[in-house]
Amino acid sequence: MTSRVLVGTRKGTFIVEKRDGRWQPRLAGHAGAGSNFVARDPNTGTLWALLGHGHWGAKLSRSTDDGATWHDAPQIKYPPGARYIGTDMPGEDGAEPPSKIRTATLLKLWCIAFGPTGRIYVGTIPGGLFESDDGGEHFELNRPLWNHESRGGDLFAGDGSGQTQWFGTPASESGEFAAGIHSIVVDPSDPNHILVAVSTAGVLETTDGGRSWRSRNKGMTNDYLPDPNAEWGHDPHYVALCPAQPNHLWQQNHCGVFYSNDGAKSWINVSQPEKGVRFGFPVAVDAQDGRTAWLVPAVADMQRTAIDGGLFVARTTDGGQSWQQLRNGLPQQNAFDVVYRHALDASGDTLAFGSTTGNLYISEDRGDHWQTVGNNLPPIYSVRFG
Amino acid sequence: MATVVLTRHLHAFFPALAGQELRVDAATVAEVVQAIERLAPGFAFYICDEAGRLRPHVNIFVDQQRVADRTRLSDPVGADTEVFILQALSGG
Repeated sequence: MTSRVLVGTRKGTFIVEKRDGRWQPRLAGHAGAGSNFVARDPNTGTLWALLGHGHWGAKLSRSTDDGATWHDAPQIKYPPGARYIGTDMPGEDGAEPPSKIRTATLLKLWCIAFGPTGRIYVGTIPGGLFESDDGGEHFELNRPLWNHESRGGDLFAGDGSGQTQWFGTPASESGEFAAGIHSIVVDPSDPNHILVAVSTAGVLETTDGGRSWRSRNKGMTNDYLPDPNAEWGHDPHYVALCPAQPNHLWQQNHCGVFYSNDGAKSWINVSQPEKGVRFGFPVAVDAQDGRTAWLVPAVADMQRTAIDGGLFVARTTDGGQSWQQLRNGLPQQNAFDVVYRHALDASGDTLAFGSTTGNLYISEDRGDHWQTVGNNLPPIYSVRFG
Repeated sequence: MATVVLTRHLHAFFPALAGQELRVDAATVAEVVQAIERLAPGFAFYICDEAGRLRPHVNIFVDQQRVADRTRLSDPVGADTEVFILQALSGG
């Protein structure tokens, strides 16, 4: 639905609709609560909001009347016995704490995705993929991924290997220091084919509907580790798939922009630092043409603001061989916006993105021209057409 | 029966609990939470995580003493006990 944008912010859920020729935002619910991700289930029309109440924990909320009213949904909970290997932040004395097995409880609901068969997927911190086959009445933890060898094996059954390759993400919005799943892409042509991306571990793929998972990190490099070609430890910020050409995938990573045209069997670094294309959080891919994608770059990674005070969107139409900076209508002086991983979306020729400084922009011509929809919104976490 | 006082913040999520004196039959703080859960389904998951532990930014006072057992909420509650459930003054 191109004429409506769902916006999750630090202080509530907003809906932006085009009326009388103008895009107009309004608070639609959850006033004062963190709304991490808001999306519409195309199979049922239900709107879902993934909330972080702070004091009261993470909660799923849904609306069956297009956002007029919201109600708590049956909540996602880790099953008894779910444990994971975690490492605490170093203490005030600077000592490195040992890794330890933690009891898993829900720290954050991070993203939601909808499969072609009606299945609903939710990614969480700590690193859970939850699935529902009954429209969200019940969610089950995907245990093969939870018990994957890369995170120490089956901790339901014992203490596993004691080693995990999934690390913490202290930069996540609420500071939860545990690995999290922020990207879930379901192949529309094959619902058994799913990719997830994990900060900080990498990309994993299943081709059997979630019964087994393998890493898909070939070609990705992580220049912050001693071995930049290590299989794990990558920090994908977001992964997106082209629905019409599902072999074409895009990834904005901590260490660059990566593109795959072979279904994530291999990734190509298509960064162009001289064009500002390297660091950032979100990426959007065209629904028809897998070679066309958009980014909102930022200064890497010690600043995380717009580059040189001028906000721009970068677009490629040739699989990342060349990039164009799109600045028309965006602030070019004193802009310190940074755009989070879920806060850029494309629907046909229309694009929308929102920043942590509460600015929301929409383009109706594939990014050539931008209009300002809001300047004083709360920090924006997610932007999704729906 | 113990008397339970909730922060008004919780009334926003559970309006059915607002505007009334909450009195519940309970021998422990955990039973207090369970009793309110029966009145307002979903309440317990706002106060505790799925392992039954008190959430880090939630506090419970039993007759003006902070609850001692945040893991299992085993602190005893008597017939004349007042139980306060409130959130930390944190956030931004």
